[in-house]
Amino acid sequence: MDISLQNIEYRYQANTPFERLAIKDVSINIPTGTYMALIGHTGSGKSTVLQHLNALLLPTEGSVIIGSQEIKAKQKNKNLRMIRQKVGIVFQFPEHQLFEETVEKDIIFGPMNFGVSENEAKERARLALKQVGLAEEILEKSPFDLSGGQMRRVAIAGVLAMEPDCLVLDEPTAGLDPRGRKEIMDMFYSLHKKRNLSTILVTHSMEDAARYADQIVIMQQGHVVKQGTPVEIFSSVTELVEMGLDVPEVVRFQRMLEEKLGLKLERTYLSIEELSAAVAELLRGAPV
Amino acid sequence: MREAVVSLRNVSFQYENQSSYALQNVTFDIFEGEWLAIVGHNGSGKSTMAKLLNGLQFPQSGEISVCGIQLNEESIWDIRKKLGMVFQNPDNQFVGTTVQDDVAFGLENHGVPRNDMIFRVEDSLKKVNMDQFLNQEPHHLSGGQKQRVAIAGVLALRPSIIILDEATSMLDPKGRGEVLETVRTLKNEKSLTVISITHDLEEAAKADRIIVMNQGEVYREGTPEDIFSMDDELVRLGLDIPFSIKMSNAFRQKGIDLSKHYLSEEELVNELWTFRSKI
Repeated sequence: MDISLQNIEYRYQANTPFERLAIKDVSINIPTGTYMALIGHTGSGKSTVLQHLNALLLPTEGSVIIGSQEIKAKQKNKNLRMIRQKVGIVFQFPEHQLFEETVEKDIIFGPMNFGVSENEAKERARLALKQVGLAEEILEKSPFDLSGGQMRRVAIAGVLAMEPDCLVLDEPTAGLDPRGRKEIMDMFYSLHKKRNLSTILVTHSMEDAARYADQIVIMQQGHVVKQGTPVEIFSSVTELVEMGLDVPEVVRFQRMLEEKLGLKLERTYLSIEELSAAVAELLRGAPV
Repeated sequence: MREAVVSLRNVSFQYENQSSYALQNVTFDIFEGEWLAIVGHNGSGKSTMAKLLNGLQFPQSGEISVCGIQLNEESIWDIRKKLGMVFQNPDNQFVGTTVQDDVAFGLENHGVPRNDMIFRVEDSLKKVNMDQFLNQEPHHLSGGQKQRVAIAGVLALRPSIIILDEATSMLDPKGRGEVLETVRTLKNEKSLTVISITHDLEEAAKADRIIVMNQGEVYREGTPEDIFSMDDELVRLGLDIPFSIKMSNAFRQKGIDLSKHYLSEEELVNELWTFRSKI
C-alpha cells in the first residue's frame, strides 16, 4: 500500500494558548514494499509523523494519502476505520496496552473489532503467536503472568493478527535484551519481505536503520532534513554528528581507520563483514 | 580495602504464582564510588534485584544491607533516602503536572526548605539539560525528555547510590550520552555509587565492574575486559559482544593477526596501522 505525506503540518492544541507547532512542511513518500527508517533526535517530530500514518492525528495543513484514501487538513474525514485496519502501529512499550483476561482474547480483540469472525480471529491469533516465536500453550494464560519479553511479543501478535498492509514500528525493541531484539527485528523483516508490506521503523538505532531499511528519513525540529539510502545517509558522517545523531559503529570505525591510515576506502561499508573484507584486502595487497 | 556500600548475602526471591526463583542465592558487594553494570537477558533477575535493593520487594531468604543498615520493613525509609532509583519507563514515575513540580515532588516529601528546593530543582534540571522546560506538562514531552526529568528528580534528592534500571534505553544517542555523562560527573564529584542495569554493552564496557546475571544467578563477575573475553558465551546468554570485539574477530578470520583479545576501537585502529606499516 502506497503512503504519501504531502506538505503536512501539525499543531498540538491548535487555536488555544497552548498551541505548539510539532511538524511543518513534511513530505514523505512510502511506496509499497519500502522499508523506511525514520530517525531523528528525541522531540524531532518522529512520533507526530507516525501518528499521521493511520490517522490518529489529522494534519492541520497538507494531506495524507494512505492507499486509495486521502485525508486533507480542515475537512471532515470519513472512513478512518478502513485506514486503521490497513495500517498497524506497534507503539513504544506495546505491552502496556494489553488488557484482556487471556492472551487469546487480547490478540483476537483487534481483528474482531474490525468484523473478522471469532473463528478466523482465533486462527489468526495462532498464526501470529507462531510468527512472534511464542508457543500456543500461552493462549489461555493471562498476559499479565508473562515475562516482559513475552508480553511484548503478545502485543505485537495483536497487531499482526489484523493482517495490516503497512506496519509502523515505534522503537519496537526498546528494553529487550540483544537476542530478543534481533529475533523481533528479523521477524519483522521477513514478514515485510514475505507479505510485501510497507514498513516504517522509528528508531534511535542506527545499526537497525543501516541493516534493515531501504530508505532513511532524518527529521530535525519538525522538518525532514535528509532522505536517502543507508549508504547515502551514512556517507556524510560529519553532517549527522552535527545534527546530534549517531552513525552506525561500523561507519564510525571506518572513518577512524581511514584517518589513522591516511586514506579513503572505496565506499562506505555498512556491515562488519564487508568492512573487514575490504580492509583485509587492503592490508594484504597494499604496496608500501 | 574498599568499603562495601551494598551487600547481598545468599539472597533468594520468588514472585507469587511463579514456579521458579527470580533470584537464587545471590551474593555480591557493591563498593563505594564504583560504577557497577549488571547485565543479563530479559528475565535473568536484574530488575528484581533493583526492586529488592530499594525495598519494593523483600527477599524470602538472605540478607541485604545498604550503607551498613540491614534492609527490612523498618529501615526501608532510611535506606530510600540513600538510594535513588530511575526506572525504565518514565511514564510510570511522572507524578507532577509540570516538569518542575515533578522534580520538586520528592523534595517536598523529604521536607526540603523552599529556597533550597527551588535551587535544587533548577540545578538538577540543568544537569540533564531540561531547564528550558520548567513549566511544560509531561504529556508534551517525548519519552527521552521525560526520562531526563525523572533522572533530575532523583539527582535533586542527592542520594549516595543511584540505580539506573535500564534508564537510558529509551534515549537517543546524544541524550543517552548526556545522561550518562551527567551521572558520571556526579559520581566523580560526590563519590556517588552507580548501579546500572543495562542491555547496552557499550555502556557496560565503561563500567568499573560488570556482573552477568543468568536465570536468577550471578553467572560471572569481573572487569569489562574479563567479561568481554567470554565472547560467544555472552551471545549464548542472550547478550551481545561489543563492536570492537566483533570487528577484531572478523579481522582474525580474514587472517589478520591481532596481538590480544580485548581491544578498544582505538587500540584496534592502532593495531591495524602497525600491521600495515610492517608490510
